[in-house]
Amino acid sequence: MMVVINIFLWLVVGVLAFIAALRGRVLLNEGVRAGAMEFILLLPRIAIGVIGSGFLAEALPNEWIAPWLGPGSGFLGVTIATLGGALTPGGPVVGFSIGAAALKSGAGAPQVIAYSTAWALYAIHRLLIWEVPLMPARMVWLRASASLPLPFLAAAMAMLLGRP
Amino acid sequence: MTVYARDGRDHFLGILFGDVTLFGEMLPKVLAGCLIGAFVTLLLPREMVARWVGHESGFTGLLIAAFFGFLLPGGPITIYPVAGAFLLIGADAGAVVTFIVSWTLIGYTRALVWELPFFGPDFVIWRIIAALPLPIIAGLLARIAVRAGFKYRDDAK
Repeated sequence: MMVVINIFLWLVVGVLAFIAALRGRVLLNEGVRAGAMEFILLLPRIAIGVIGSGFLAEALPNEWIAPWLGPGSGFLGVTIATLGGALTPGGPVVGFSIGAAALKSGAGAPQVIAYSTAWALYAIHRLLIWEVPLMPARMVWLRASASLPLPFLAAAMAMLLGRP
Repeated sequence: MTVYARDGRDHFLGILFGDVTLFGEMLPKVLAGCLIGAFVTLLLPREMVARWVGHESGFTGLLIAAFFGFLLPGGPITIYPVAGAFLLIGADAGAVVTFIVSWTLIGYTRALVWELPFFGPDFVIWRIIAALPLPIIAGLLARIAVRAGFKYRDDAK
């Protein structure tokens, strides 16, 4: 599975690089440089996130997670998860690693989906650090308020589907 | 640290080793994701995108915006400027909201590069299926808010 995905991703890279090369050498170089720079900037953050998450899973209080966020926790669990997601700080890895850790410790799938959806959509620090400087502030608030019900809907969908 | 103190050295090293392996497996994917993001940003004609999702593009505009959110890779550094540019060129607020939410929830590079290593394919696929209608819903909500009188442009200049 992992190998297939790797091959697919690198095929996409190859096709895009080829198109860029057709349009000129400069464009190709620019793309490679921009991509490599982003990668280097991300490295330390990913390392901390991945290595930290394993320990986080061990350190999380398991005996709390199952009753509050377990499959039986229903709507209240989804609400707690949504709040937790909105308040979780950190880059792309932190939310996923906490979610994965909670899942391993006995949280229900809809609750974890609500958590990672809320975290992805309106983690407060991200609105302030990324969106507000790059877009009109009122647009950001509009987007955040329009997103408010989505974690609940995602969790409800997951419950309806009965998967994962 | 807490784990080290509580469970002792062997347990600590076991977790550390597992995490480092996971980290090593992620690297090629992350590099690929970064390169895809850089190339698409360079290659995609933004005027064309803005025309498709711009103005009063209606429900189709929301669908296209959702599709672009799914398609466009890259991190927040690339996505928010693109969304901001859409707004400037005249995309409507609903389409921009749909675009950002779609990118956040069902963007494939994000899912492949970040989410998959942590959650595994089964979880990620079902989460994305559960999230499919959400960008459209958010876009519709945003349009309702705008119609109700919410101003989304900073008029004070």
